[in-house]
Parts: sequence; C-alpha cells; structure tokens
Amino acid sequence: MSQRAIDSIAIQAHDVRASLGHVQVLHGIHVNLAAACWTSIVGPNGAGKSTLLKVLAGLLPHSGSVTLLGQALGTLPGRVRAQQMAWLGQGEASGDDLTVLDVVMLGRLPHQAWLAAPSAQDHAAVEQSLKATQAWDWRGRTLGQLSGGERQRVLLARALAVQAQVLLMDEPLANLDPPHQADWLQMVRELVAQGKTVVSVLHEISMALHAQQMLIMDQGRVTHQGGCSEAATHRALEAVFEHRITIHQLASQWVALPNATQPSGGFRPQLVRAARSG
Amino acid sequence: MRVVVALGGGLLAASVLLALLGTGVGSSGLESLTQVWRDPTAAQIVWDIRLPRTLGAWGAGALLGLAGAVAQGLFRNPLADPYLLGSASGSSLGVALALALFGASPFATHWLVRLGLTGAAFLGAVGAVLLTLILARGVQHTLRLLLAGVIVGVVLGALVSLTMQVVPDVMQAMQAFMLGSTGFVGWSACLLMALVWLLCMLAAWMLSPVLDGLSLGEATAISLGLPLPQLRAALIAVLALATGTAVAQTGLIAFVGLAAPHLVRSVAKTTHGNLILLSSLMGGVLLMAADILARWLIAPQELPVGVLTAVLGGGYLLWLMHRGPTMPTRGTV
Repeated sequence: MSQRAIDSIAIQAHDVRASLGHVQVLHGIHVNLAAACWTSIVGPNGAGKSTLLKVLAGLLPHSGSVTLLGQALGTLPGRVRAQQMAWLGQGEASGDDLTVLDVVMLGRLPHQAWLAAPSAQDHAAVEQSLKATQAWDWRGRTLGQLSGGERQRVLLARALAVQAQVLLMDEPLANLDPPHQADWLQMVRELVAQGKTVVSVLHEISMALHAQQMLIMDQGRVTHQGGCSEAATHRALEAVFEHRITIHQLASQWVALPNATQPSGGFRPQLVRAARSG
Repeated sequence: MRVVVALGGGLLAASVLLALLGTGVGSSGLESLTQVWRDPTAAQIVWDIRLPRTLGAWGAGALLGLAGAVAQGLFRNPLADPYLLGSASGSSLGVALALALFGASPFATHWLVRLGLTGAAFLGAVGAVLLTLILARGVQHTLRLLLAGVIVGVVLGALVSLTMQVVPDVMQAMQAFMLGSTGFVGWSACLLMALVWLLCMLAAWMLSPVLDGLSLGEATAISLGLPLPQLRAALIAVLALATGTAVAQTGLIAFVGLAAPHLVRSVAKTTHGNLILLSSLMGGVLLMAADILARWLIAPQELPVGVLTAVLGGGYLLWLMHRGPTMPTRGTV
C-alpha cells in the first residue's frame, strides 16, 4: 500500500473478533475506513454494527488489531485517543441533573488539565457545538427537563465539542424530527469538508445512502463495502435485507423503499398490524 | 452557580447557628451555658459533652453526606446510599468483633480506644466492600455489584447476630451502636472525623470529574479518556473510609447519606464537585439538627438520634416518592 493510501485511512481494523457475554458477535472483521469521509454502517438487527463501532472506539475488549490515524489503538494513552476520536453512544444513561452547559463541557475533558477551569477556547467550542445543534437556548436547563429529541441534540453537541479528527456515532438520528435530521446531514457534510472523518451506524437506509462510503454487515461479518452511489452497493444492500427493500433514485438522491411484493415469511402485514395495535 | 454559592453559604450559617444552639440544649438546660465561665461543672458539661457531641454529629453527618453523594454518582443510582456494598454490616461486624475480643466499650472516649474502634469499623467496611467486589467480579457491572452488596450485607449481619449470641456482654453496646447515637462522641472522635473528612473531601473533589463523566454512561466516560477502573477503585476507597469512620463514632445512622444529596439536588443542579461538598454540608446540618432534636424532644431524657433520622428520613423519602409523578424528572417525547 502506498504512503498516500495509508495517509488517507482513518481507521483500520484487521481480523477483529469480539464477544458479548459468551456469544461471539464479530467474526474476523477487516475494514479500512477512509479519512475525511463519511462512512455509514448498515445491516439488519443483530448484525454487530454497534459492537463494531464500540470496538473501533476502543470501548470493548477484542482480538485482532485496530489502528487509529496510523497508531495502534491499544497502545494509545486514553487521553490522546479521546482527543482524536469522539463517540456518541445510543441509549446510554444521561445525567438528568447536569445542566446542558455542564454536559457539553464534558466533551472538553480530554483537552483540559485535570481540575483546570475551562479556558476561553473550551467555552468557544461548547458554544459553537451547542449552536450547531441548535441547543444553545437551553444551556441553563438540565437534561432531565428536555424531550428525547432535544436531549439527543445536546448529546450530539457534547460529541462535537471534543473537536476530534474522527467522530463515531451510533444511531445519531434517534428521536430527531425530520428538520433536525436534515440539519444533522448538513452538519456531517460540513465536518467532512473540514477534513474530519465520520462513521455512523444508521437504521434509516435512505439517510445512510447520503454518506460517501457504506459498510454493510450481516451476522458479524462485513458483506460489502463500497460507494453509496454504486450499483453494486445497492444490490448488496437489497440482498442483506432479503430483497424486502429496493433502492430507487429520486430527485438526485438514493432512497430505500419497502418492497411491495415481499416473499412469504417474516413480518406479514397482519402481524405488523397486530404489533402496532398491541 | 449563584444558587450553589447561596446554598453553601446558607448551610454554613445553619451549621454555626445549630452548633451554638447545640451547646445550649441538654439535660441541664440552657443554665449550663450561662454559668459556663463561673461554674466548673457547667463548663465541663458544655466543653466536654455538648460541644464535642454537637460538632461530632456534624462531622458524622458530613462524612455520610459525602459518602452518599459519591455512592449515588458512582452507581448512577439516586437511591444508592453509603451503606451499600455491605460497608454498614462490615463495620458493624468489625466493631462487634473488637468489642467481643477486647471487651472495650463502644462509647469509651480515650483516643486510643476510639482509634481502635475506628480502625475495626474501617477494616470491616473495607473488608466487606472488597468481599462485595470479589463476589461481583469487579466494578464493571453495577447491578451485579449492588446484588453482591446485598448478599454481603445479609451474611455479615448474620455474623454480627452470631457474635452477640456468643458473647452476650456486647449485646447492649451493639444495640446502641446499631440504632446510632451521637451521645458518646468526644474530642478525640471529633478530631479523627475532621481529619478523615478533609482527606475524603479533597480526594472526592479531585475525582469528581469522573462522576460527571459517568453520569453520561460508562462508554462515554471511557471515550472521554477516563481510566475508569483505577478511578472507580479510588472512589470506592473514599466511600469506605468516610462511611467506616462515621459508623465507628456514631453507629448506624440511617438516611442521612441518602437524603442529603437528594435535598441538595432538589435545590441546585450542579456538577459533582459542588454536589459532594454541598451534600456533605447538608449531611452535617441534618445530623446536627436531628441530634439537637433528639436531646430536646423528651428532655431531660433523649432519643437515640438514629431512630429520629430513620423516621424523618423515611418520611422525606415517602414525600419525594409521592411527589414524583406530578413532577416528572425526565421529559419524554
């Protein structure tokens, strides 16, 4: 691999295996995630997407090797790793009694000396992040006083405040309404334009198709990696969801629509109705 | 921030006022205070009994409030209290064994005895916490940790009962210890608690960013570069030291460690550094007030202060519980 190619890779995983409890969830993953690029990870439930993201973030014990910006993740001091890579988890505990400002300031922790008062730069980063997710107006409120979507925007601002080179997000669109999903899309594009690397696990396939690169997973393995506008990626996407969705082009965007003629088995319409009314 | 400063100032002022009040309340009444410069007996009552006891109540309450705030942050559970992880029954067992083996009184005022009992209670608390940690196989799983704490609490509690059965002499002393009493706190105990309080407060304050990070979840805390295992172990040591020291001097005083952080949070929403300090001051004020009340309610007799804190603290929690549904703490879509 040429030096240029190595420089353009933000995260590299080699033969990564990980288990949750006694169940092996990842079976020998090899991926190279490009720098200054937005990669979305998609796949059916239980494919190991979140687990892979956690491994890449250094949050789960695993075998195999992960490299972050050319350095082995395991040997990086926690603080250095935290400066280079920000993480936004899914459905984690949230400090209901902390104010929005305090929560977002936690994102500056990797940059501050222990117990040091926040610098002007820290305050600027916090303000910028809160304004980017339109959460600045609630800065004095506690997380407990916010709705699910508002809370998600604050947590997103917390991850942005790290101002890391690499940003990993697990289901960042959870609880966000359509206008704020569109804002998120714009924000990710700006980050990438600044040279940042964004990796996101997404369930909304149509949103995921806005990324540049797509990593498709199934049963703990990567089944396909490619550009989001490539036909091969679309075919792999349809295959991994058992042809229940089809990818269409609509007004210069790619959208995933449910396939009207489903094969039998799985969720049948009456089952879905029963689940909704139940 | 203004609320934090105001609350801190208010609690300090309340502490001073209550301390003055505390020197005037007792079986011989206010008279002792007015006679203090003339009558040596009155002076002795005020200086050697009322003052250390009043300050000691503050110290024990402050240690429990501190430990409560640390426990609630560490276990990310608003119902956590300093006696979790078996530390209460561990220190009870330590004290019971010390009494049974050396025949000392739990209320002796000699500093060596105090230090010995504190040591026994502390070792008991640390031992119980370590046992809990071993059973839970580390601090990673909060639920497993809490369950192990319950198991250790029950087993060590049974051992305390067994000790009392085998050496009936210690039974009366242990009963007072388990109810909790500030009646026998002398100057040596006060000094000891003050030193431990300073140490624990400093450590807890230095470790407080960990608790802030943890409130966003473990994964986020680790992603912020916090070395969780080591910092958690340090916080558990603070918890055990503060609890063990308080329990050794005043026995098992209920609810102060649980209620103090709640009361602070209901007034001021702040980061853990401030929360721990305020909870500590709040714990001190609560126990000092309860102690004065215990002396005054049926004077010249007095109630065990632990009984009073249990009744008042239980009532407060009940009120908190029923107030809950009308004031959701968490917004939902």
